[in-house]
Amino acid sequence: MKILVCVKQVPDMESKFKLDKNNKWFSEEDLAFRMNEYDEYAVEQAVQLKEQTGDAEVVVVSLGPERAKEAVKKALAMGCDRAVHIKDGDYYKKDSYSVAKNIYEYVKDENFDIAFTGLQSQDRGSAQVGVLLAEFLDYPCITTIIEFEYKDSEIQVKRELEGGEKAVVKVKPPVVLTCQLGLNTPRYPTLPNIMKAKKKEIKAVEPLDTENLLTFTDIDYPEKKGAAEILEGDVNELVEKTLDILKQKTSVLK
Amino acid sequence: MKLLLVAEYKSKKFLESNYELIAFADKLKADYVMFGVGDETDLPKCEGKIYLADSEKAGEYNPSLHKKLIAEVMEKEKADFIVLPHTSYGWDLAPRLSAELAFPQVTEVVDVDDDNFILPACNGKLWRKVSTGGKGIITIQGGAFNPENDYEGTPEVINLEVPSVESKIQFEGYEKAEAVGVDLTKAEIIVSAGRGVGKKENVENVRKLAEALGGELGASRPVVDSEWVEHSHQVGTTGQTVAPKLYVACGISGAIQHLAGMKKSDFILAVNTDKDAPIAEVADVLVVADVNQFAPALAEKISSK
Ligand SMILES: Cc1cc2nc3c(=O)[nH]c(=O)nc-3n(C[C@H](O)[C@H](O)[C@H](O)COP(=O)(O)OP(=O)(O)OC[C@H]3O[C@@H](n4cnc5c(N)ncnc54)[C@H](O)[C@@H]3O)c2cc1C
Repeated sequence: MKILVCVKQVPDMESKFKLDKNNKWFSEEDLAFRMNEYDEYAVEQAVQLKEQTGDAEVVVVSLGPERAKEAVKKALAMGCDRAVHIKDGDYYKKDSYSVAKNIYEYVKDENFDIAFTGLQSQDRGSAQVGVLLAEFLDYPCITTIIEFEYKDSEIQVKRELEGGEKAVVKVKPPVVLTCQLGLNTPRYPTLPNIMKAKKKEIKAVEPLDTENLLTFTDIDYPEKKGAAEILEGDVNELVEKTLDILKQKTSVLK
Repeated sequence: MKLLLVAEYKSKKFLESNYELIAFADKLKADYVMFGVGDETDLPKCEGKIYLADSEKAGEYNPSLHKKLIAEVMEKEKADFIVLPHTSYGWDLAPRLSAELAFPQVTEVVDVDDDNFILPACNGKLWRKVSTGGKGIITIQGGAFNPENDYEGTPEVINLEVPSVESKIQFEGYEKAEAVGVDLTKAEIIVSAGRGVGKKENVENVRKLAEALGGELGASRPVVDSEWVEHSHQVGTTGQTVAPKLYVACGISGAIQHLAGMKKSDFILAVNTDKDAPIAEVADVLVVADVNQFAPALAEKISSK
């Protein structure tokens, strides 16, 4: 069996974001980067499936600048077998359609049985790339999976709907599945596995000239509509101030 | 400008939230027609046309068929935009339509500005503006476009033939939410733990504050996914929707899916080390502090009184 996982490297969402010179994207200076949270679940599911079937190969693909290699290395250390890095410093100028087309062009001849992607990326949140890839491959696609089971060449997943409801869905490979938070418990790469991963292949390839359908006009901070009172200082002072406010403004403290 | 609004039906019922699609059309001052896989006994209140496919034949979750039907309506109507709710139905279907029609897609639109659509990035810390060149597929964020008045009228129904499309996906059925352990919807005080608490043991700090205040423990999704707290305590779109007198958000960033579940609370107190955390958008007070120092200190002070 051949399994594909798509990963993206994103900034840590707790960072302070500054805008870049052209106001097209955030400035990458001073940011810490990590693997997109949703993709960690995708990698884990792929590796678990490989462990279950015993004879699978897991290929990880990432489109992004040089630094994205770190996320790729993490996926390899988690148990993926080899990687394709579409090295693209201009990654943020590509829309989801173009990103998916790029990945498609590089994986279409590999005849994957199952591809796992994150439901969405934490920075852009487009939730498009996995589904578009499936459409280009002409594979069925199931989104937002929170449970996965593979038995007798058949896949059963649960899709998360609203309000705690789930849809139970069956499908046979080939298929693309987009992974939601909580699908599994992503493992931490162990030191021996990090060492082993260093020997695994990361093939660097050039981005292809794919068409963008969207134009990014600009990026900015959101309009501040909220008017939260901000309290700063020493913890004891903060406790006193908070108690005063709760007494004055709520009916919950007597 | 003409929009094709894709209404969401669940168990043959037209969802109330679909009126947000109409509110979006109104905001754009656009004409619209609708599409739904639903039932003629439950139609939206509005003027105009609705293309209806029988849900018995088309199935509630059959994306390839829904895609095909919508493409067919597009043939006839030549709308400039297709608009869907940003829900598990909408975000699943939208990219399929984007691929089918080679239309650009914009996800989770929160506002419009001339010809540009505004969407959040990086957990709501930034806002992006994009332009689609006059055509596209849009998913709109729940609550972003609220209907200002009640709609009236009965749409003209155009029944669609449902072709047989071979689906590689087999829908087995729905699984209801588990019977809830705690009913947070009735709580007057909720103190919720977010990922900012750092580790499972630290949830105790938040639990103790909840006890001192005489309230219930709530949680954000990552805390539940990591099994630090049981699912029935989760607040948000995929958890419970609450509106207590006091909501304390401890180490919670304020992602849109969490806010959706708690922003109607009377008074919101947030505790966060980051004073720019998006939770400040809905909070009355934001205490900039380490929750693991602040929560125990506050709990002790309250208990000692
Ligand atoms: C379809 C879908 C449905 C979802 N449904 C839900 C839902 O129902 N409920 C839900 O909550 N989420 C839901 N989510 C997830 C949501 O998008 C966020 O990922 C989640 O709410 C983030 O949780 P958090 O705020 O606890 O963690 P984070 O976003 O990681 O935020 C942690 C916060 O803690 C702060 N912090 C860090 N250390 C400290 C400290 N020592 N003291 C104080 N503060 C600290 C940080 O500054 C940060 O603001 C859903 C997502 C999707 C895609």
